[in-house]
Amino acid sequence: MSVLVYTESEQGKFKKAALEAASYGKAVADAMGTTLVALTFNVGDASELGTYGVEKVLNINSVTAFNAKIYANAIKQAAEKEAATVVILSASADSRYIAPLVSVGLSAGYASNVVAAPSSLSPFVVKRSAFTNKAFCNTEISTAVKIVGVSNNSFGLVENIITAQQEEFSPSLATSATTVTSVDKASDKVTIADAEVVVSAGRGLKGPENWGLIEDLADVLGAATACSKPVSDLGWRPHSEHVGQTGKPVATNLYIAIGISGAIQHLAGINSSKIKVVINTDPEAPFFKAADYGIVGDAFEVVPKLIEKLKVFKAQNT
Amino acid sequence: MKLLVCISHVPDTTSKINFSEGDTKFDTNGVQFVINPNDEFGLTRAMWFKEKQNATVDVISVGGPETEPTLRKALAIGADAAIRINAEATDGHAVATYLAAAAKEGAYDLIIAGRESIDYNGGMVPGMLAAMIDANFVTNCISLEIDGTNVTAVREIDGGKETISTVLPLVIGGQKGLVEESDLRIPNMRGIMMARKKPLKVVEPTSETSETHAVSFEKPVPRGAVKLVDADNVDELIKLLHNEAKVI
Repeated sequence: MSVLVYTESEQGKFKKAALEAASYGKAVADAMGTTLVALTFNVGDASELGTYGVEKVLNINSVTAFNAKIYANAIKQAAEKEAATVVILSASADSRYIAPLVSVGLSAGYASNVVAAPSSLSPFVVKRSAFTNKAFCNTEISTAVKIVGVSNNSFGLVENIITAQQEEFSPSLATSATTVTSVDKASDKVTIADAEVVVSAGRGLKGPENWGLIEDLADVLGAATACSKPVSDLGWRPHSEHVGQTGKPVATNLYIAIGISGAIQHLAGINSSKIKVVINTDPEAPFFKAADYGIVGDAFEVVPKLIEKLKVFKAQNT
Repeated sequence: MKLLVCISHVPDTTSKINFSEGDTKFDTNGVQFVINPNDEFGLTRAMWFKEKQNATVDVISVGGPETEPTLRKALAIGADAAIRINAEATDGHAVATYLAAAAKEGAYDLIIAGRESIDYNGGMVPGMLAAMIDANFVTNCISLEIDGTNVTAVREIDGGKETISTVLPLVIGGQKGLVEESDLRIPNMRGIMMARKKPLKVVEPTSETSETHAVSFEKPVPRGAVKLVDADNVDELIKLLHNEAKVI
């Protein structure tokens, strides 16, 4: 028996979501009185995983490009090899792509968007967010093998320092008719999924030409940028930045909303974020009811001041 | 090309979410139901395949008779025929199992579902369905072109997108981007009249196969009142974020 975690990496470096999934896996393994095994692809040195309680690492070097079907098959074989009864994945785009395939492969029930360690092991019950963060659902997984998708930034990073024993794993994998022909990804930008801070703006910014202000604020904070639905519908910003019920959910430590009134769909999308700050000219904007801190004021006056003061603060505190 | 669009019948995005029976059931009282937005983008893209590439488009939903108006709306938008699997959508696995049986029966070339429903947000039905019928699978799909049996799809990834080459049969987890918001269609009177005459077949489900179930629901703890900071005193906000919230 064991707990298996799929620890996603990019160019040999683990994603924060992967380390969070490992932290979660360690908590489950401890509760079950068993060990945590990680599966990685193309990671030269996986010793970092030991920091989060991973006892053994299976590394696959035989697969070069990401392919959901092949990765899912590899995870299935690793789970079988390690007799894993719980398989943990993160909430990254790739992990969410893979998890349903692993679920069918292992005939294992799958709960996604899980926000806390299991409240009970037998029956196996986890709390997951549902209704786009408007509610939580305590979900029982009743199959012998369970799959848990851990929500970003929900469990946090928990250190349990041990030495991870690493070995090469070479499952037998079929080819796939699906191939990635090109990837379009800005390498220098923080993504919404990985960001600790997200700076988001709405129609209050009056036009796409004013987004320099938002990008400057994001730069100071090392934040990702996002936007409201009307802004993406108007074409001011790409769809990939749209936050809300039909866009991206944001589960970040700090969410700063500038010139966003706070429609119910938008507020649902950001509900899992820990601290919310709103800057809006309208004191009646619904966002003020959902925020922790607020400034009633004009973004064009407040944000430049905020950028300037944050630069001073960062200079003193780093 | 035979195309199937999976339709989930979900609360409108403006709905307030409440629970009944000791927080074990979703309270549908006063809730307006709509086509799941992620499915509607897929349905609209399917209409393009129908009009430009002569595809036939069936729509399918799992649920009781109360889901039929949602299917009729899909027919009014332009789908050719509808299938309702007469079962409660207990979990993603059960829904995928029912859909897989119907998909095999109909021998569809392309199945478009939404990347997730906006009610349970499981995000698992399209992938499970693809695995069950051994079809290719692309989720978070924001662009889809078909040429014969060759497919070019674009998938949104964290921080960007990737272009994927694959072949039919294929299952898609669709979302905004497959078509634009402005491309969505409101059924006109002619469409609504025609939809009444289009076939809506009710199919009894294969055996029950839930792997998970909702034990109980809870709502987020209401947060305290917002702390307002004067617009001339942004230093105060920085202090609060640093000392009190500890997020910077």
